[in-house]
Amino acid sequence: MQIPAPFDYARATSVEDALALLDRHGPESRVVAGGHSLLPMMRLRLARPEWLIDINDLYELDFILREGDYLRVGAMTRHTTLLESAEIARLFPIITDAERVIADPIVRNRGTIGGSLCQADPAEDLSTCCVVLRAEAVVRGPGGERTLSMSEFHRGPYETAVAQNEILCEVRFPILPRSGSAYEKVERRVGDWAVVAAGAAVSLAEDGTIDDVSIGLTAAGIDHTIAEAEAVLHGKKPTEGLFIEAGRLAAAASDPIADQRGPVDYKRHLADELTRRVLRQACARALEARHTTTQEG
Amino acid sequence: MQISMTVNGEDITREIEPRVLLVHFIRDVLRLTGTHWGCDTSNCGTCVVLMDGLPVKSCTVLAAMADGHAITTVEGLATGGTLDPVQQGFMEEHGLQCGFCTPGMMLTARALLDRNPHPDDGEIREAISGQMCRCTGYATIVRSVKWAAEHPAAQETTGEEVTA
Ligand SMILES: Cc1cc2nc3c(=O)[nH]c(=O)nc-3n(C[C@H](O)[C@H](O)[C@H](O)COP(=O)(O)OP(=O)(O)OC[C@H]3O[C@@H](n4cnc5c(N)ncnc54)[C@H](O)[C@@H]3O)c2cc1C
Ligand code: FES
Ligand code: FES
Repeated sequence: MQIPAPFDYARATSVEDALALLDRHGPESRVVAGGHSLLPMMRLRLARPEWLIDINDLYELDFILREGDYLRVGAMTRHTTLLESAEIARLFPIITDAERVIADPIVRNRGTIGGSLCQADPAEDLSTCCVVLRAEAVVRGPGGERTLSMSEFHRGPYETAVAQNEILCEVRFPILPRSGSAYEKVERRVGDWAVVAAGAAVSLAEDGTIDDVSIGLTAAGIDHTIAEAEAVLHGKKPTEGLFIEAGRLAAAASDPIADQRGPVDYKRHLADELTRRVLRQACARALEARHTTTQEG
Repeated sequence: MQISMTVNGEDITREIEPRVLLVHFIRDVLRLTGTHWGCDTSNCGTCVVLMDGLPVKSCTVLAAMADGHAITTVEGLATGGTLDPVQQGFMEEHGLQCGFCTPGMMLTARALLDRNPHPDDGEIREAISGQMCRCTGYATIVRSVKWAAEHPAAQETTGEEVTA
């Protein structure tokens, strides 16, 4: 069956209005953003909300703003906007890398960062980017606003800390000096979800040693950063040998399941190889950023 | 519920059920059957229409979500009996066989050329990467879009020249 079950529809005019509508229509009401995860689920009747609250008119949630040491990205920012943002490419190339391979350009015209994070599909690429960049989620509800770390935000596959009567309003990314990041994904065909993907971010100390590093995997049964792999890099100068060791540890920490996208050993192999590649790329970018800063300074 | 939108430049208002998908609204309510519907998974792209100038998969947008917006379907490409250069390009370069994917392909091509009048092969392939053609194998589609890029003025030619 191709058509969603019946529901009622309301278009919110502001965040306050959306919260009031969610409150008024109760537990069976649900927000729709780009609709590119929710509507397919409704067509398959895997989701049957009684009310849809459309937040596409909330242009107040469509922004990319630098504020001090943070980049603030509104929840209604579309994939296409993220992909085309020069500021994102400069500060967080991991997001640009990921956006190039998220779905296809037409899906990217509709899908939003907020919808991606709230959908919390284990293969969602932006979730990994946000975890790796240690982003914070700003959530608003009847009781006011709260800011959550990504580990507080993610509760498991398809589950987040955002309650039915709350809205994710923005994602905040901390900006670190001398930093670089990267994302790489293996997909069966263009536009598909990841078989496995990896993301990494590093920031270097003045002397070129690794000050901070985070590594994350997509579709590999792990939704937090991989401390074991990060530990081998801390305080050291980046070298190929360390990347290999970190890749091995990331693969060991991963817990992928066999499915139509591949068997477990193949996915572990990807976790290993992709971790090395993103570390290599993130470090190269961090070095570049360091040189630029030195030249400017 | 009542919805109003502009479709191919014409203001329309209709009474619909909120669950009606934009593709069904266009095909079944407005009877504009040039927009096709080909999959259950938002993958094939034959349903592509332009919403405020941007390509969207109309099987994954509610008609209600298009309320207040401007929609262009393949029927809106030709103006006053003159084919859009993209349509002409598909004729010149054999960009179609069965024609099932063609409306979506042409609308994506139009949106691409509006933003980037001289795309290279890679940019064209990227733009249509969310759409599938089971017949032509894409090479002729890419050539058709290139033809349109090289003949932007075709729009101003008369109908006679187009059909000649
Ligand atoms: C063909 C296809 C291929 C795809 N491939 C990929 C891929 O390779 N990688 C990838 O990461 N994604 C992929 N996606 C998913 C795509 O990125 C979606 O856009 C995204 O998952 C959901 O964003 P959305 O805005 O469409 O959310 P919606 O579908 O509107 O919403 C998703 C869920 O989040 C909730 N929600 C949305 N916004 C908010 C908010 N602000 N506050 C609270 N709750 C909210 C909704 O209630 C719903 O439960 C693909 C989708 C399609 C159709
Ligand atoms: S019908 Fe296949 S993508 Fe819309
Ligand atoms: S021409 Fe037949 S599907 Fe493209």
